[in-house]
Amino acid sequence: MALETPNHTQTVAGWAAYNSSGKIAPYIFKRRENGMNDVTIEVMYCGICHTDLHYIKNDWGITMYPVVPGHEITGVITKVGSNVKNFKVGDKVGVGCLAASCLECEFCKNSQENYCDQIQFTYNGIFWDGSITYGGYSKMIVADHRYVVHVPDNLPLDAAAPLLCAGITVFSPMKDSQLLNSPGKKVGIVGLGGLGHVAVKMAKAFGHHVTVISTSPSKEKEARERLGADGFIVSSNAEQMQRGKRTLDVILDTVSAEHSLGSILELLKVNGTLVVVGAPDRPIELPSFPLIFGKRIVKGSMTGSMKDTQEMMDVCGKHNITSDVEIIKPDQINEALDRLARNDVRYRFVIDIAGTGRSKL
Amino acid sequence: MALETPNHTQTVAGWAAYDSSGQIAPYIFKRRENGVNDVTIKIMYCGICHTDLHHVKNDWGITMYPVVPGHEITGVISKVGGNVKNFEIGDRVGVGCLAASCLECEFCKNSQENYCDQIQFTYNGIFWDGSITCGGYSQMLVADHRYVVHVPDNLPMDAAAPLLCAGITMFSPMKDNQLLESRGKKVGIVGLGGLGHVGVKMARAFGHHVTVISTSPSKEQEAKLRLGANDFIVSTNTEQMQRGKRTLDVILDTVSAKHSLGPLLELLKVNGTLVVVGAPDRPIELPSFPLIFGKRVVKGSMTGGMKETQEMMDVCGKHNITCDIEIIKADQINEALERLARNDVRYRFVIDIATSSRSEL
Repeated sequence: MALETPNHTQTVAGWAAYNSSGKIAPYIFKRRENGMNDVTIEVMYCGICHTDLHYIKNDWGITMYPVVPGHEITGVITKVGSNVKNFKVGDKVGVGCLAASCLECEFCKNSQENYCDQIQFTYNGIFWDGSITYGGYSKMIVADHRYVVHVPDNLPLDAAAPLLCAGITVFSPMKDSQLLNSPGKKVGIVGLGGLGHVAVKMAKAFGHHVTVISTSPSKEKEARERLGADGFIVSSNAEQMQRGKRTLDVILDTVSAEHSLGSILELLKVNGTLVVVGAPDRPIELPSFPLIFGKRIVKGSMTGSMKDTQEMMDVCGKHNITSDVEIIKPDQINEALDRLARNDVRYRFVIDIAGTGRSKL
Repeated sequence: MALETPNHTQTVAGWAAYDSSGQIAPYIFKRRENGVNDVTIKIMYCGICHTDLHHVKNDWGITMYPVVPGHEITGVISKVGGNVKNFEIGDRVGVGCLAASCLECEFCKNSQENYCDQIQFTYNGIFWDGSITCGGYSQMLVADHRYVVHVPDNLPMDAAAPLLCAGITMFSPMKDNQLLESRGKKVGIVGLGGLGHVGVKMARAFGHHVTVISTSPSKEQEAKLRLGANDFIVSTNTEQMQRGKRTLDVILDTVSAKHSLGPLLELLKVNGTLVVVGAPDRPIELPSFPLIFGKRVVKGSMTGGMKETQEMMDVCGKHNITCDIEIIKADQINEALERLARNDVRYRFVIDIATSSRSEL
């Protein structure tokens, strides 16, 4: 498969990793012409997702170098293909993880594109024309309009960028577990990072009691006072974990490191569900007794469909939910990735791609 | 907690393991008097469950020696307590894993006694009077009537015995996953042993397409010709596993050894469920990608509630479902346990308790 194809005529400035050392450096490359179904987006901001780190270091063994990461993209439309009716030049839009799917299977037809078995991602994927996809660590992106969403006017583009992956990744399982329209459930969030902090905000906005489960006692004050969490359990504290047994309806596990689900499962009521949304590269340990003795469920979830993604953006607009972000310049990406690897960020780095500083949009 | 209490006056001959060597030898012990809620059962047959092996060898570190195993018990009622209305002397009955629960919690009140957090088991448990429970490797049992079920007249007591654990353990998740009220689903059964073979019979009787997944190619003929399985996949055969991807609605995983769920999850359709009913003593490996990329579900299940157990017996009576067994005498238990450890049984050993040699009293 070629890096580019004949219709790739637009030169773009971006930032790529060239090998598994994971160092990001400037990279000039070509994107396709804006086709009938495409929109061209001037990228304003791009969030840094932990998945970016996995790819640039080739943790999963699937990276095609040079890789231009970034799938939490917000920007402004500059060109619109002739088939595109729902976007116009000047629109504030977002692009997440999905770049292409087959459009024909039961999942694509049922607005569950994320589960199409021919899904291609915004970076490190293979587009329909055979070219490798490049993500949001770049000044401009050409995207098929079916994988683009509107950003509500009241949300600043910088703090909204991480919603395109972190946001939908926690929204989708909440919707799937009937947490949108049934307030008063006991929801647990494991891990207070990029995904976890957005999940706390959403679950509180939907009227639920939220317990944060974390290995870091130092995060408790912030979790309660700034994010609104009702409870906080330090997972290495046996007494707190014991008291929490059989108390939660749903747990969202955002932890991307290898860990054991045993003690966390015990926090669930009988028939409760733990949703795995973090993607550790080593298998998770699943002791069978807590699963069996409580008829509990472990479910996986991956991003969300385009319809759910737009719904999520609109819900965030309505409740004024955005990410807590630390804005960086492109020449600070490597430093940010190092800090991300140490979990040293409250709670998402966002790259100021267009160089306009904090969002006024 | 005392081994016996003042009301333990009935001398009983049984067979117990005295230490973690797991060797079974004759054991004389005392059972309680038949109380107002009790029935006394003259035991005819008792199935050997893999859990018995785990307990006699103290695999889980919780065995109180000497332990009298056995929770797949069939027999005839010889005494009935004053409060008992639904049993009479001479009734053919069965007793499974449950000996006592709190009777007051939401689970007990909803016929989900198996999920009561104060559940006590038929052996190695602590009964309400503080005594240690002793199971079906014995000539007689006193059981609270609430944990006893009727055996349909048309089912032979020997081949029906394993239904009390193996049977309900497979029936309960099938019911939980709507396999009773629907037809034509694609059901996978992993492992063709005591639980697996009953699972195949039940799923076929309920009108579903059954695929057996096994490590033993030698079981294919039997699985298809005798048990009625539609398909057979050797789990180490990459080509068969590849062709099976995204084909199954529900998988019941009966394997009691440590294994990875990854390849099995790939056999599930999107949103499909894998139910873990085998209980490995080491944690199961759960790779996150197959879980996440297919929004799949891993659920645990443990035996069943009492109402469900009676329903299972009646359904088996209606469809003439019993277990494929090998009858042994009590003095052959050790040999049977060794063969069970090597999976050398088609498919359940059942001890002929009633005609086994009595120990000298």
